Amino acid sequence: MYAFDYHRPTSLRQAAAMLQKTEDAMIVAGGHTLLPTMKQRLAQPSALIDLGGLSELRGIEKKGRAVVIGAMATHADVAASDVVREAIPALAELAVTIGDPAVRHRGTIGGSVANNDPAADYPAACLGLGATIITNRRKIVAEEFFQGMFDTALDEGEIITKVSFPIPAKAAYAKFRNPASRYALVGVFVMKRGSEIRVAVIGAGSSGVYRWSEAEAALAKRFSPKSLDGMSASADDMNSDIHADSEYRAHLVGVMARRAVQAAVAR
Amino acid sequence: MTATGIGAPVRRKEDQRFITGKGRYTDDLVRPGQAHAYFLRSPHAHAEIVRIDPAAALAMPGVLAVLTGDDLAADGVGGLICGWMIHSKDGSPMKAGPHPALAQGKVRYVGDHVAVVIAETLAQARDAAEKVAVEYRELPAVVDTGSARKSATAVHDVAPDNTVFEWHLGDKAATDAAFAKAKHVTRLDITNNRLVPNAIETRAAIGEFDESADSYTLYTTSQNPHVARLVLSAFIGIAPENKLRVIAPDVGGGFGSKIFIYAEETVCVWASKKVGRPVKWNSDRTEAFLSDAHGRDHVTHAELALDENARILGLRVKTTANLGAYLSTFSSSVPTYLYAPLLSGQYDIPAIYAEVDGVYTNTTPVDAYRGAGRPEATFVVERLVEVAAREIGMDPANFRRKNYIKRFPHQTPVIMAYDVGDYAASLDKALEIADYKGFSKRKRESAKKGKLRGIGFSSYIEACGIAPSQAVGSLGAGVGLWESAEVRVNPTGSVEVLTGSHSHGQGHETTFAQLVCDRLGVGIDQVNIVHGDTDKVQFGMGTYGSRSGAVGMSAITKAIDKVIEKGKKVAAYAMEASDKDIEFKDGRFSVAGTDKSMAFGEVALQAYVAHKFSGQDLEPGLKEGAFYDPTNFTFPAGVHICEVEIDPDTGVTKIERFTAVDDFGVVINPMIVEGQVHGGIAQGVGQALLENAVYDESGQLVTASYMDYTMPRAGDLPSFSVGMTTTPCPSNPLGIKGCGEAGAIAAPPAVINAITDAIGHEGIAMPATPQAVWRAIHRTRPAMAAE
Repeated sequence: MYAFDYHRPTSLRQAAAMLQKTEDAMIVAGGHTLLPTMKQRLAQPSALIDLGGLSELRGIEKKGRAVVIGAMATHADVAASDVVREAIPALAELAVTIGDPAVRHRGTIGGSVANNDPAADYPAACLGLGATIITNRRKIVAEEFFQGMFDTALDEGEIITKVSFPIPAKAAYAKFRNPASRYALVGVFVMKRGSEIRVAVIGAGSSGVYRWSEAEAALAKRFSPKSLDGMSASADDMNSDIHADSEYRAHLVGVMARRAVQAAVAR
Repeated sequence: MTATGIGAPVRRKEDQRFITGKGRYTDDLVRPGQAHAYFLRSPHAHAEIVRIDPAAALAMPGVLAVLTGDDLAADGVGGLICGWMIHSKDGSPMKAGPHPALAQGKVRYVGDHVAVVIAETLAQARDAAEKVAVEYRELPAVVDTGSARKSATAVHDVAPDNTVFEWHLGDKAATDAAFAKAKHVTRLDITNNRLVPNAIETRAAIGEFDESADSYTLYTTSQNPHVARLVLSAFIGIAPENKLRVIAPDVGGGFGSKIFIYAEETVCVWASKKVGRPVKWNSDRTEAFLSDAHGRDHVTHAELALDENARILGLRVKTTANLGAYLSTFSSSVPTYLYAPLLSGQYDIPAIYAEVDGVYTNTTPVDAYRGAGRPEATFVVERLVEVAAREIGMDPANFRRKNYIKRFPHQTPVIMAYDVGDYAASLDKALEIADYKGFSKRKRESAKKGKLRGIGFSSYIEACGIAPSQAVGSLGAGVGLWESAEVRVNPTGSVEVLTGSHSHGQGHETTFAQLVCDRLGVGIDQVNIVHGDTDKVQFGMGTYGSRSGAVGMSAITKAIDKVIEKGKKVAAYAMEASDKDIEFKDGRFSVAGTDKSMAFGEVALQAYVAHKFSGQDLEPGLKEGAFYDPTNFTFPAGVHICEVEIDPDTGVTKIERFTAVDDFGVVINPMIVEGQVHGGIAQGVGQALLENAVYDESGQLVTASYMDYTMPRAGDLPSFSVGMTTTPCPSNPLGIKGCGEAGAIAAPPAVINAITDAIGHEGIAMPATPQAVWRAIHRTRPAMAAE
């Protein structure tokens, strides 16, 4: 780790101001991606602005037909939230599968969404549920927010404050873990809300999270795992590594999608 | 059996401090004025070093020194050694290339040591290391085991075809004759995947030079501190043995990887005098992946010849063993004498011939890792017999039973003389525990769920209790493999045992104390086990090869026997009787045929006060030492049965049942032994399903972190069913065979045999990852549809 300055602002306004005026500063939320990267000397921020002191970024509440989760809510907070478990159990179940207990008690939803790791779970939930990412400046729908691996619509100095998830009728997440890292090798989030069907895929695509439109079309006819029988995603544009080549990943997308639909239907 | 004696499941004495974080590991030690070392490592697999310019680094804050291979050479510090000489078939000695602790002219693997930066803090050392300017001229890298000998690039000039040795064992003509008359021949191509040891405590070292005493101390993560001192003194030439103390304090796991004498501790000791400060190095996990000696990495073609009655006639094996970029301390022995002599397995095989070519590649050196050669041999034998049984349509358990060695002692065609065993007893017990009879029903139930179920056997044998010194000397070992012990009885009757064995997770503080309790009748809290310090224990060979029970405890037993003999003499004087009439039982010395007796502690006190005897008749004190050199290897053996259920949609293999029945001879602490079995199986399952060190074509280690190197987790394993059978080892006084490596040796073929049984063909290699299994199943689909 290289030397860096550390700031712990007490308000969002103060945090934003620090981020604006400090060159090469970075925000740290849970730090579960940034700190290991810094330890490996792969990131060299001049300063870290820790959002841990901002109570305004915490909290989980139901607002109308949506669940709104503060950016600094940890994965454990989401997993244990009665509001989430009642309104969107699939989201609480997804949070339970992230990392290990230590990770879940430090890592945050805002940090995960801002990082847009192509093997993280939350981007699938955001895109799958049609979430809106709320920053200190604006509201961004998930389709526009996630812009490819580790890339988002966030501008310089922009800070995520909340994520708003519209409540679905049925939803579920099925994940196939990377055997080593336990990140999502393939994760599929499916959702039905009235006539709206979404199938969001993480881990597999070379451009990060995406919607599998063929599966959505098939499920629109009938929301049943049978509708996806024999379907697998195209191996084009799939990630490939020592754990799973593109063909195997494409196959797993189909398997996980069927299992997610199965779980959603059974709910 | 007493509550703390031999055979009692005593809770581990050492766990209180380990579990509460009070262990004292090398990195916990802070020496006055210690500086920190950071090793600049090669980013290239193979390159000439054109130039190293440390000027900018030396100007960085806190930097004390930047040292390179030139500095080592200028000080006359020798290279690292390989302590086991292997001769090729043609009689020529193995081709050992130079192995400097810091590179001299060339780097040969990613992670090779280019320079060391020593600074006030580790962060300063790391910052400065980035400023060391190194100009490399990159060379093509030799990476692949199977094709290394055909490469146009030579890792070492001394071995232009990258061949370290072309070794063989057994009778070629007899084996060829056996195959010529065979009714059936089973052939297999086998890859034994490369593994990274991954002890929970990474390696560490502190070198310290005491100017007033003109002597060095090395604190290090070693399984054998005396061997480390011997090598650093006699071969590397840092300091004479009487001027070098090596301390291995609490050590958090080794699995073999901490046997070896590495560059880092060598440099820390040497540099401590150069900078006039203690020098500490602590490996981070990435460094551990790159620089701890790896394990396994064989490519093998094997053939088994059968007669018309399903009897094994012969075994022929051709193996290429990847030894990495340099010959590590015992690397040459692992794929030779720790491998081929185990190829007879538990079977009566009249003729065996094995050829092993050791090769250099531009990869991390490969050396002993839990099992060391014996897992590789067991995998070859147990895959072959399983496949042979399937090919001739015979039940694999019956095929094994038919070919088991049934009479002992048994001389195999490959050196080993098995002393005792009852292989059918272990098989029977394992079949019962595993409910083999119920397997077909379970398979049908799995099929109903759309799952594939399979069962696989492993009838393993290993050679432990390493080893008779004369025997290993005749095979090329540079050391003897006896063990030493000293039993010091204090005047109050408490006991200190100094042992040359070294505990790094095995629980010696408990098991060795149990032996003392059993023999001397003292309480377990009255016994201290002292190890890991060359200034306390005179000499020892350390812990590896499942030798501490069979060899280390035998030495303690010898010393205890001497203590009892001396105690009898003291008691005889104290009770005014003839020492021939003194009996020792249950912690009391008594005069036969009388009611006169003394407790052990009372006799100890009499030994030290020396009031009842003249110094001319008997020396005061009660302290005895012993060296124990085994007369044979020991031969733990057993049967492991693995049952898997595979999800054909994903290729995920779930181990539903794992049964282990082992014959370890006499067991000191069944709880600790069971723990060793559990850990060994976990590592064996790791090799079979999960772990794999992968290099890309340029020699970069792709799996250099836990993001890509898959360690076994609790969730990957079922609750094991463990059973035991016992045939006491006749060659040592306690009847112990050893248990530390059995699981890692036995498990891999059991798992792969189960998977191949489930998928219906043999086309899968380790590790059987979900992707690999899915591909293996996928390949068979068209064929199955055509049937």
